[in-house]
Amino acid sequence: MLRIFKKILTTGVVTERFKTPKDDELEQLGIEIKRHIDKRFSGSIAIRQVDAGSCNGCELEIHALNNPFYDIERFGVHFVASPRHADVLLVTGPVSRHMQTALLRTYEATPNPKWVVAAGDCAVCGGEFGVSYASCGAVSNVIPVDLVIPGCPPTPLALMKGLLGLMKVSA
Amino acid sequence: MSSSNWTADFLARLSAGMAVAEIELSSVKLWQIESHAWQRFAELAMQQKLRWAAGWAEHVQNRFFINACFEKQGEYILLRTIIDDSNPELPSQATVYPAANRSERHTQDMFGIRFIGHPDNRRWTRHQAWIENSYPLRKDFPVQGMPVGITPPDMHYPFIKSHGAGTYEIPVGPVHAGIIEPGHFRFQAVGELILNLEERLGYVHKGIEKIAEGREPESLARLAGRVSGDTTVGHCWAACMAMEWAAGITVPPRASFIRGILAERERVANHMGDIGAICNDVAFVFAQMQFTRLRELWLRTNATVFGHRLLMDRIIPGGVACDLSDESCTLIKKEIVELRKELDEVILAIDLNSSLEDRLYTAGFLSEEIAAAFGTLGYVGRASGQDKDVRRDAPYAPYDQATVKVGVENQGDIASRLWVRYKEIRAALRLIEGFIDQLVAGDIRSEWRIPPAGSEGLGIVEGWRGEIICHIRFDADNKIARFYPRDPSQLNWPALEKLVLNNIVPDFPVCNKSLNGSYSGNDL
Ligand code: SF4
Repeated sequence: MLRIFKKILTTGVVTERFKTPKDDELEQLGIEIKRHIDKRFSGSIAIRQVDAGSCNGCELEIHALNNPFYDIERFGVHFVASPRHADVLLVTGPVSRHMQTALLRTYEATPNPKWVVAAGDCAVCGGEFGVSYASCGAVSNVIPVDLVIPGCPPTPLALMKGLLGLMKVSA
Repeated sequence: MSSSNWTADFLARLSAGMAVAEIELSSVKLWQIESHAWQRFAELAMQQKLRWAAGWAEHVQNRFFINACFEKQGEYILLRTIIDDSNPELPSQATVYPAANRSERHTQDMFGIRFIGHPDNRRWTRHQAWIENSYPLRKDFPVQGMPVGITPPDMHYPFIKSHGAGTYEIPVGPVHAGIIEPGHFRFQAVGELILNLEERLGYVHKGIEKIAEGREPESLARLAGRVSGDTTVGHCWAACMAMEWAAGITVPPRASFIRGILAERERVANHMGDIGAICNDVAFVFAQMQFTRLRELWLRTNATVFGHRLLMDRIIPGGVACDLSDESCTLIKKEIVELRKELDEVILAIDLNSSLEDRLYTAGFLSEEIAAAFGTLGYVGRASGQDKDVRRDAPYAPYDQATVKVGVENQGDIASRLWVRYKEIRAALRLIEGFIDQLVAGDIRSEWRIPPAGSEGLGIVEGWRGEIICHIRFDADNKIARFYPRDPSQLNWPALEKLVLNNIVPDFPVCNKSLNGSYSGNDL
């Protein structure tokens, strides 16, 4: 137990902090997201992530949003287990035809008002996979999309920026 | 017995009962046999303790080539039979090798080839995106297919049913609760105890094999790098290796070393993420936070040095896309020294933690026999005594100039899989240092030569999950005729169905994470 405490203490807080307002893009972004979240969603926004056919690269970077450097929850953004608890669906991948109905049902299960973010080149435009017998391509071919975050995969920073964009779109 | 002896001996044994044509295909032996001997070969191979490693088909003019890859003592054999496409059937190898089961079902769905005597010929990759009796990987099937507006859900898949008082079913997925890939799991349980688990995958099937056709090498390499995003280096390397064989191209030594560094960096990044996630699944958040922190630092170095956090598209046909400067080498080495220090501290805290001990030891047990029967690969196999590693057993550049230490455990539980991963991190760090020291000056890319139509190649590498086998055949004009990547997950997923038995349902997430199969790499 002492070892754990020692490591926690010596690691300190690595979460990227506000240094000078202009330098630290991340902190700035976070704060702006938080302002929007406070105004529109009473302080917290719930995201349900749906992999509709991704290669899993996008998921790795979405995961990173929860690591101690980004710690996106401190801005009131959190990932939930059910679409019924969600304000936002964060969808990745080209939509595989085998996931088409599942995605539609997830969309239907999300209460209004809801927003859909398509994250990653595949979700934005079909990416490397496009449209085929097995793939519907872009998410917007299946459900309405409010915002796109390009990148293969988008970096955690790009994802943060994208979410900020959503707040502006929906404002 | 040296490795070359067993192939000669085996060939002599075979020739007594069947006609085998031996063709030299680069460094792999290609043995061609009659289709009726397909199963017989498997029986003899099993007697000789060959491991079944991969199976796939090709549609070439009016014929099907059916391929299977076997391995023993680091030597690979490509077995082939050719049949007419008018009434395609041949005896199943899955009756002998359980490892071949899903692979033959995939071939059945994609080509319409019947494997006679197959123990379970339900459809596997096909849900409802294309109709029965049409086969996407036949050459006359259009890439666009004939999709209906909305692909219906796969309602009527004949799952195994349980009967009896007190047993009940839990369907899970395809959309899971966490940030993970989609797939369906059907549990039969009594109380909390898992009696049976059936996996239903194929949800992220996106036609990778089909859309590969007609691509040029660079575009194929990009696609290969997206077969499974966490294994972008591994798959890209295997595909490039296969294409380079087909084209008769040697990669410059400097490029090989850089490829080695990229692959080991990918291994370390994934293992760190997994160790953290395994601990998190049993509510030990301290380790999760520490390992995601270390992983993030590692990925940031990837971005600084190689220009991409996950290292996508760094390997290209003929070499690599980016060079390593002296400063970068210094940076990487410094980072490794620091990482070792941190690992020492964190891992000690994990090792001495009794709540982890309670949850991880003996849970998710996979016996050596089952691991061997299913041809289980990578850390899952090695934690159950399967002492296999392509980097050591069939070394390719740059591993032919390095000593690869392979971590093996025999307990076969979640803790073993965690410790094997940890050993692999330590070994990978040493390899990276070694490759940097050996890094010779020179080109990082050989010029591409258009391979003759019909030429083929195999790429076999040790990805972070285990052995990856990739087969590529060229058409005329530098175009790809066939691309088949066999991700290690394909062989590891069935092991999950076994290792969860008699565990409690709430332990499923940690059992699953300890194996961490790729859905995308499996579904293609
Ligand atoms: S955008 Fe890139 S990382 Fe994301 S799913 Fe597509 S190929 Fe994978």
